[in-house]
Amino acid sequence: MTGLTLRTAPTRPGSRVLAFGDHQPAKIVTNHDLAAVMDTSDEWIRSRVGIIERRIAEDDETIVDMAVQAGGKALAASGLGPSDIDLVIVATCSAESPMPSQAPTVAHRLGIEAPGAYDVNSACSGFCYALAAADAAVRVGSARNVLVIGAEKMSQWIDWTDRSTAIIFADGAGAAVVGPSDTPGIGPVVWGSDGSQPERIQIENRKAYISQEGQAVFRWATTAVAPTALKAIEAAGLVPDDLAAIVPHQANLRIVDLIARRIKASNAVVADDVTLSGNTSGASIPLALAHMIERGDVPSGAPALLVGFGAGLSYAAQVIQIP
Amino acid sequence: MAVATEEQILAGLAEIIDEIVGIDKAEVTPEKNFIDDLDIDSLSMVEIAVAAQDKFEVEIPDDELRNLKTVKDVVDFVQKLSV
Repeated sequence: MTGLTLRTAPTRPGSRVLAFGDHQPAKIVTNHDLAAVMDTSDEWIRSRVGIIERRIAEDDETIVDMAVQAGGKALAASGLGPSDIDLVIVATCSAESPMPSQAPTVAHRLGIEAPGAYDVNSACSGFCYALAAADAAVRVGSARNVLVIGAEKMSQWIDWTDRSTAIIFADGAGAAVVGPSDTPGIGPVVWGSDGSQPERIQIENRKAYISQEGQAVFRWATTAVAPTALKAIEAAGLVPDDLAAIVPHQANLRIVDLIARRIKASNAVVADDVTLSGNTSGASIPLALAHMIERGDVPSGAPALLVGFGAGLSYAAQVIQIP
Repeated sequence: MAVATEEQILAGLAEIIDEIVGIDKAEVTPEKNFIDDLDIDSLSMVEIAVAAQDKFEVEIPDDELRNLKTVKDVVDFVQKLSV
């Protein structure tokens, strides 16, 4: 029979982040700790990447453990319960094994029964991709509320004799609950990729560690990312001076500062969470946001720019309203 | 800046280095080694290269950047490409 019209779910005018949550391992690794085991120093690390200390998970502390902690906090802060969540998305690039994905176990441990659940791997831009997917799911009606978590255990993919990566990467998780809104609280995502340079940041095979071509990545991050961020600001109908916060992926402090300088948002606080958290890849943006909100750096309702960028190469940016 | 003299390139480069790492323009002389004499690290070198690309309208890829160890190396490289 022809002429059948499929029904679609009722759509929503917008979505917004209802709450953030964070979790970091208890173990602090300082620059002095690293200087004791490799050829580096506190001064060298601070001047190159602006990191003072980072959190590293214990051997038995998994990505799922950290995601459950952060997700549970976000859920509690949102005022919603497990039964209100229809979809769980975990952004991660550092899973212990590629299968199964982390999201179903995370959902189960949070008491969220039978939600849609999947992982996103776009490395350091993963949270922005996952947030875009959550926004779309709420607006097209495929989920009432979505739990989005960035969770990484980068330390298990680090060669602890390679100072070009060991001083940078760290572990942690950040989460956001996304729900419906009469006015949009998540602006359009502007995203892209450049698959011609997969070797710039990679884990080459299953026995290898993360390797990074520092200079090339630095050049790309400090020149190619800001234009994407500016497009996302424009797509949300704003100008840079409207922003209350700029939250770039916390790659290293120099990249963060250079991106912020190119965006020229004179009223915005710039996230510098990398100094005390290290580079937690897909977890860095929600972690930084959770910390900024906790400290009262950004008022509720204010617009904040998120921009993720990293291995792939891939990148994504959107403006959100602070919950 | 299509065709620049050595002096113009040196002056332009000194301006860039002053802006990015705050080294006095007078310090930037041809024989200076970026790492050993001016204490400029590899990431700042990338910043300088990107700024020099914009200013002199030349391409300085990372592979080339690795070989540019002194101020004179950069001046010669830029001049070679801009004539």
